Amino acid sequence: MFARLAAVDETSVSLRIDGEPIEARPGDTVAAALLAAGFQHCRTSAVSGALRAPYCMMGVCFDCLVNIDGVGNRQSCLVPVREGMKVELQRGKRAPVA
Amino acid sequence: MSNALKTRYDVAVIGAGPAGLAAAAVTARAGLETIVLDENPSPGGQVYRAVTTSPLHATKVLGDDYRRGLDLVRELERSGAQLVSATTVWSVSRELEVGISRHGRAQLLSARRIVLATGALERPFPIPGWTLPGVMTVGAAQTLLKSSGLVPQGSVVLAGLGPLLWLYAAQLLNAGASINAILETTPRRNLLSAVPYAPAFLLSPYFSKGLALLARVRRRVRILPGATRIAAVGDSQIQAVRFVARGREIRLPVDNLLLHQGVAPNVNLAMSIGVEHRWDALQLCWRPIADEFGRTSIPGIAVAGDGAGICGAWAAEQRGRLAGLRIVNDLAGGRVAEAPSEQSLRQSLRRWQIGRGFLDRLYQPAAQFRVPEDDAVIVCRCEEVTAGQVRHAVRIGCEGPNQLKSFLRCGMGPCQGRLCGLTVTELMAAERRVAPQAVGYYRLRPPVKPITLAELASLPRSDAAESAVVRE
Amino acid sequence: MKPPATRTGFDVAVIGGGLVGSALSFGLARAGQRVVLLDEGDAAVRASRANFALVWVQSKGLGLPEYAGWTIRSSNAWGEFAALLKSETGLDVGFERPGGFHLALSEAELERRALQLKRLHNQPGIVTYETEIVDRKRLELSLSGLGRDVVGGSFCPLDGHCNSLRLHHALHTALFNRGVRYLASHKVEDIAYNAGEFALRTGQRELRAGKIVIAAGNASMQLAPLVGLVAPMKPNRGQIIVTERVQPFLRHPIVTLRQTDEGTIMIGDSQLDGIDPDEVTMPIISVMAARAIRMFPILARLNVVRTWSGIRVMTHDGFPIYDQSETCPGAFLVCCHSGVTLAANHAFTLASMISRGRLDADSVGVFSARRFDVR
Repeated sequence: MFARLAAVDETSVSLRIDGEPIEARPGDTVAAALLAAGFQHCRTSAVSGALRAPYCMMGVCFDCLVNIDGVGNRQSCLVPVREGMKVELQRGKRAPVA
Repeated sequence: MSNALKTRYDVAVIGAGPAGLAAAAVTARAGLETIVLDENPSPGGQVYRAVTTSPLHATKVLGDDYRRGLDLVRELERSGAQLVSATTVWSVSRELEVGISRHGRAQLLSARRIVLATGALERPFPIPGWTLPGVMTVGAAQTLLKSSGLVPQGSVVLAGLGPLLWLYAAQLLNAGASINAILETTPRRNLLSAVPYAPAFLLSPYFSKGLALLARVRRRVRILPGATRIAAVGDSQIQAVRFVARGREIRLPVDNLLLHQGVAPNVNLAMSIGVEHRWDALQLCWRPIADEFGRTSIPGIAVAGDGAGICGAWAAEQRGRLAGLRIVNDLAGGRVAEAPSEQSLRQSLRRWQIGRGFLDRLYQPAAQFRVPEDDAVIVCRCEEVTAGQVRHAVRIGCEGPNQLKSFLRCGMGPCQGRLCGLTVTELMAAERRVAPQAVGYYRLRPPVKPITLAELASLPRSDAAESAVVRE
Repeated sequence: MKPPATRTGFDVAVIGGGLVGSALSFGLARAGQRVVLLDEGDAAVRASRANFALVWVQSKGLGLPEYAGWTIRSSNAWGEFAALLKSETGLDVGFERPGGFHLALSEAELERRALQLKRLHNQPGIVTYETEIVDRKRLELSLSGLGRDVVGGSFCPLDGHCNSLRLHHALHTALFNRGVRYLASHKVEDIAYNAGEFALRTGQRELRAGKIVIAAGNASMQLAPLVGLVAPMKPNRGQIIVTERVQPFLRHPIVTLRQTDEGTIMIGDSQLDGIDPDEVTMPIISVMAARAIRMFPILARLNVVRTWSGIRVMTHDGFPIYDQSETCPGAFLVCCHSGVTLAANHAFTLASMISRGRLDADSVGVFSARRFDVR
């Protein structure tokens, strides 16, 4: 788990992760918000179902994949949080939706 | 910054880290139409990550060197270059056409010169359990600190070697967080090979800073030197780290295990264009073959910064400037205001290279952490291929990483080898008993970052292309 | 007449470690031959690498009706071939034969397709097999999520696909288990024939064998004349787009689009002359992507994780060349485009013929390169 330093601004962006209301700081990436909110993992692997969490935080490992506003397999460490965002953990393969 | 993109530029710089910022500032100041393309929400690359937005910039947590990033960004802003953030570059062609993706839309633009300043990524650290939630790189943890002011909780263990490990440890302590232990993996014999280079290193500005940092951390954190056989243990997330130190098997309960054993050039874009690379036996990674101005085997394409070979933030800046000056010379002639001369840059870089030799030797990662001995260790995280499977493929005749893709899907995941490539090259080389250069690397092609099918479909087409596809 | 046993003990040297060479080697090993398989290195062009994994029947044989029969034979034997590999290696190559489709994105395309099928099936000597033109309604029974532009297509119940990567892995594992000597980075530079024996010179060593099989893809063109054969090849370039994994939604392969058993979507089939395997041309990728989206709109938002550019092994008329040398008896030539589809025939029928020292004129005589001779 990760905790916010006292010196840091108040969080003010509201979003939902798997339905749970979360507060994040403007400028947080979705991955940072997820870890700050206490989520241990962000996806189950499409290959074996193993639990995975963000690893590199710089867009090269592709472990931080989540579903953001209906679009699956987004690299959460590259997407800044937005008010009202709906994040779902990426469970296995993407669903074929239009 | 203007949002509208042109389709043609004089100079396209890819990456807004120190090398990219410096290169673009030079070319823009000389009057060349320059664009900087960067994937992250704000400039700075990795070393100066979030330097314009960090919640910690007013504090003493991150240290003074970090502020240099702000100077570079301001310099770029003053130069007139166009900075485009949150923009992925997914392809560059030999004809100097750049494929970008921005706001979910793909576009092509072309340039007369391209500078690849894509920097470095952390070396893979394939130990048992490294894919468990709760295990991440030191760089990742540092990004969380810089960008979001987040610190790891509970029992925090760092493992590995290299300057970044010590820097982050110091930053964490500055922030008031605690570290349970640092498992130091520097092999003892590294000291012997590094010592001849010590004098040059002692003269460098990094020496005294580094030493003070190291001392501060060592005073306050339990250090376990010569750690071997490190394994992350747990089922749905990490619970403990097991290792051997001072001849004893130790097991520490852990909530966050942070790994780091140096960085390597991020070669994917350069390789996908066809830039020639060679294996560097000292830094144990692939690097582009380039002259001191960063010019590669492909005309019009230069590399600068850590992406050309690990050199650190200061050298990255200078190399960026050198690359920029050479381009200005080619395209515009004449001098650039406020820029040091090519000659003085080359001289200071040469001095720096010698000092760098010490660090490269001291912090060369141990073989057991580059080529896993345990067959069960996952080598390719994306496709979950183990070291044992790779060894077996070699035994039944697979000679190189490209054949390996066909055998095992190893390297065919979305990361395109960024986290497995070095391991695979060295693992196959060890198994075949040949040099890594003989084994080679994955053949890479665009898109080097994923873009959607719809974005590809929106690119310009031609009649020739239509008839090549729809033929009866 | 049986050639004398060689000093180095190889009955057959197979040149080319792609799908053709390895399927043949497997069959030859099963027939009791001592086989050495010579391959190039990791950086070689390797047409097999870029295959589309189809085990495909429909459309085959326009211009050479016997090819249809040959193809159907292989398709029918493929299940047995896959089962054999599974029992010998434990690897399941994912062979499925649910029937496959061509899709037409306009009435004009559909008409052209219908005409092509008619011409194919009107050829004298063509074996009859089920292929039908289907309308949109019929398509919707088998394919979900069809785009608006799809007006109809053609369907053949004999079409199928496999996991070609696992096929490659399974073949090499089987070869290893059966003691076939696999030599990578052994590009053949010269072949000499002397007193019933072949001497092959590679960069690394010289090898001898009683028989050789040239199965070197497009490179067969250079090797064939060394043993008095010809292999007129006209390689062309194709490109493939691969997406990330998706939950299964497409069971039937389409000739230019399929979902693998891993869930990834492969989009293929363009054709450009030229042999630079490293060049991926964006306009072509764009056209392919646009057509795929018109076929299945849900593909639009999927991430493309990779593109390939591959060289097709293509003879002058597109049909296989199976030949045996008269000046150097014991030298065989096997070149074809459909290395996956014909793998069963190669492993069973052709390997058996080669092990006995003679291609059977009745079954495969029509594929001899003599058909290219100008009369």
